[in-house]
Amino acid sequence: MTEPNNYFLKVSNLEVKLQNKTILENVSFPVKRGTMLAIVGPNGAGKTMLFRALLDLVPHTGGVEWAEKPRIGYVPQDVNVKDVPVSVNEFLSYRQKVDVRQLLAAVKLGRDIANETLGNLSGGQLRRVLVAFALMDDPNVLLFDEPTTGVDIGGEESIFQVLKNLKEKRGITVLLITHDVHLVKEYTDELLGLNRCVTFLGDSQQIADPSLQERIFGERICYAL
Amino acid sequence: MFETLIYSLIAGVAVGFAAGYLGSIMVLEKMALVGDAMSHVALPGLALGVLFGFSPLLGGFLFLFVTAIIIWQVGRSTKLSFETIVGTAFTLALAIGILLYGDRLDALEEALFGDITRVTSMYALSSVIASVAVIFLTHFIYSNLVLSLISEELAKSKGIKTAAVNLLYLLLVSVIVAIGIQVTGTLLVGFLVVTPAAAARIVSGNLSTYRNLSAVFGAVSAISGILFSTTMNVLPGPLIVISGVAIFAIMLTYRKFKKMI
Repeated sequence: MTEPNNYFLKVSNLEVKLQNKTILENVSFPVKRGTMLAIVGPNGAGKTMLFRALLDLVPHTGGVEWAEKPRIGYVPQDVNVKDVPVSVNEFLSYRQKVDVRQLLAAVKLGRDIANETLGNLSGGQLRRVLVAFALMDDPNVLLFDEPTTGVDIGGEESIFQVLKNLKEKRGITVLLITHDVHLVKEYTDELLGLNRCVTFLGDSQQIADPSLQERIFGERICYAL
Repeated sequence: MFETLIYSLIAGVAVGFAAGYLGSIMVLEKMALVGDAMSHVALPGLALGVLFGFSPLLGGFLFLFVTAIIIWQVGRSTKLSFETIVGTAFTLALAIGILLYGDRLDALEEALFGDITRVTSMYALSSVIASVAVIFLTHFIYSNLVLSLISEELAKSKGIKTAAVNLLYLLLVSVIVAIGIQVTGTLLVGFLVVTPAAAARIVSGNLSTYRNLSAVFGAVSAISGILFSTTMNVLPGPLIVISGVAIFAIMLTYRKFKKMI
């Protein structure tokens, strides 16, 4: 179990209700500093809502306790880039002049794409640019909703590799929502099963166990911390 | 006559530029028809001005201002699209406006199509001041509006108050539409917020080119429309629209030509 002085985030009894419908109930879990936590669960389990609660974008009850002031870098699952003629350069400099080349290098992208519009990027390039955007304010925690949405099979691993590098080199704590069991086992440290409540919390290596997968993605059995 | 033309051109350039700048967001938001429909909302206010002897422009602006706030509030509470709400509001406003004008057909015609001969130095000055203020404020919130378009959640996670930014944007549209009515009339002022941006969108590869071209096309449409109308001695509104559509057609041809070579 995580030691109290080693956690970066401690969520306790988190509850989210929208229009009298319970989306999350009694969600409690700690996150160690500098780890990569994978959040998995079936569709409609409340994974994205958990991020919204952590970002304080939805009303919620319970505790969300950060060990230090969080500087959150957020990468949403859905972005509308097809209809907006924004170049990578403009997107990354939306608030102030930044070293775009350095940001792109941090996510293993060359400066040659700086003048491309976001809508012309491949799925993998776009996700990396979104990570670069999240890195702008020197975050100490990254919330990444479905890192591999719209990314081809070859590109998935490289995105996880970028996240792993950020965790190891910058000590950033990473929370990510994913469905990819193989990548969870390969790249993440801890695993949170979520299905409105916490269904599993432990070492991500255990995801290889078919009975655990059945527990996480199957019928809801809440886990008491 | 010459003085009026100069005042009209000054007002036209200012309003056309500001409307093009503002409109670049409206076209990205796929709210092109909102700009058009919003202009009709001014009609009852203009009519009340005529009936009770105060500035119709002020009446139109107040109606637009209040309607923008109502649209914003209804949008927030019902999650209906702006287009749906504006669609309802504008037909109601048009009906009330026509009833209020009654048999004052000259005044109604002026409200619908504008009257460039009544552009004064004070109006030209007001247009320039209001347009500069609108451009400045729009520039200030522009990147926040664009980020909200890309992802509202992403914008909120960066601390942007998206609802407040949207309200300010709607109010700025109200200001420009109210001022533009004198030049093009309520029926056609919506064009200034839509067509220049659509023309710019066709040929722009990035955001700054797009919004700057949109503003320039708005100003060029206004200038050419006013000059043609003076030469041909007809209403400027329709000729401003035709000039803008001509720019749109030229940009379309330019793009096709560019693709071929």
